[in-house]
Amino acid sequence: MIGIINYGLGNIGSIVNMLDYLYLDSRVIDGPGESVDIDRYILPGVGSFDRGMQGLSTSRLDEFLKSEVILRGKPLLGICLGMQLLTEGSEEGTLPGLGWVPASTVRLQPRGTEKIPHMGWRAVSVIRENRIMSTDDHSRFYFVHGYGVMCKNEEDVVATVDYAQGFCACFEHKNIFGVQFHPEKSHRFGLSLLRRYGTMVI
Amino acid sequence: MNLQRIIPVLLVDQGRLVKTVRFSGNTYVGDPINAVRIYNEKFADEIIVLDIGAAKRGTKPDERLIERLASECFMPLCYGGGISSYDDASRLFGLGVEKIMLNSALRTGCIRKIADSFGSQSIAYSLDVRRRTDGSIRAFGRSGTVDLGAALDCAREAVYQGAGEMVLHMIDREGTFAGYDLDAIRDIAAAIPVPLVACGGARSLEDFSQALGAGASAVAAGSLFVFIGRLRAVLISYPTEKERERVWS
Repeated sequence: MIGIINYGLGNIGSIVNMLDYLYLDSRVIDGPGESVDIDRYILPGVGSFDRGMQGLSTSRLDEFLKSEVILRGKPLLGICLGMQLLTEGSEEGTLPGLGWVPASTVRLQPRGTEKIPHMGWRAVSVIRENRIMSTDDHSRFYFVHGYGVMCKNEEDVVATVDYAQGFCACFEHKNIFGVQFHPEKSHRFGLSLLRRYGTMVI
Repeated sequence: MNLQRIIPVLLVDQGRLVKTVRFSGNTYVGDPINAVRIYNEKFADEIIVLDIGAAKRGTKPDERLIERLASECFMPLCYGGGISSYDDASRLFGLGVEKIMLNSALRTGCIRKIADSFGSQSIAYSLDVRRRTDGSIRAFGRSGTVDLGAALDCAREAVYQGAGEMVLHMIDREGTFAGYDLDAIRDIAAAIPVPLVACGGARSLEDFSQALGAGASAVAAGSLFVFIGRLRAVLISYPTEKERERVWS
């Protein structure tokens, strides 16, 4: 059972729908509560960094997730803003991030005629073996964001994107995953990623 | 390789899928949910759904329909029509809409507030334009009925208020298969710092290549993906992977 964290800003509907389509059981988590049936989590996110952090703290989902993910070691997948909230902080806001992954979130700096926010489909380079992304296909994913994640430990980086100053498209740090793109909006490529995450052996 | 988006535009009026020419004369072409399912199977990059009925009459978005559309879409969904407040926008994002398209909201001041909460990348501005006989380009609101001023000023104002994408909707060409207005694309794309989506008049894949060459970041089309042949029989289509690679190259 996948717990989908709902802190008031995330685009929950499309993620629920894609998991349904894959026959993966999921439950929307609106606040701290019973969690024995849940073995992994998804932290979605659409919106600005500080609002995301505020949403997590007012709902007390930050403490809840900490006990589930940090103490109990259940896997967590952050999507887009959800990935950025896992870092130590963002140039978009003033509040500290959750800081569970040694990384920071920075403003994208366009090169030449590149546009910000970065929006659209892009091929990603998967640079190492990992549990959620295939290394052997030409996957592309849908991105919509103005800030990007920079990992401090090279070994956490699973995939990168050649846009702006270059940033992390996917990280894997212990039991914590993050993707900057939207798998729930990346049709066959997103279906493949969520299937891997939802079925990986823990 | 560049992966510029090719976006079908679906027009909806009272829950029906319709098609217009120059923003008027609704032709019934089918069921929107069915159309989205077909685009899912064709792996469309993104879909724009415009409720032209809500836009024209100023009624609220049809949330039941939008929720169903979003649940069917395994691609980004951009919805426009009848969004006039922060609360409207907030509810739509909750329903699974990735992006909203605003037009008349330029005058209500809600764009800034939506951008502050949800980010500029979630807001597309529909720059509905007509070219005058003297060559100048004007922008319009309320489905092309209210003059909002010079297109460039309007585009800059929308970006200033927080729009993260500009859909250049060329009213005079919409549904006509006359090709895009490449000069308009060139002028406006060069003047704004956000991606421009060309829309209105596409008749072929070559038009897509030309629009991208003129500075568009993505291309959109309605009739081209809904009709086939001179008699405009209804057949929903989308470029194959091979055809798209030709557009991108």
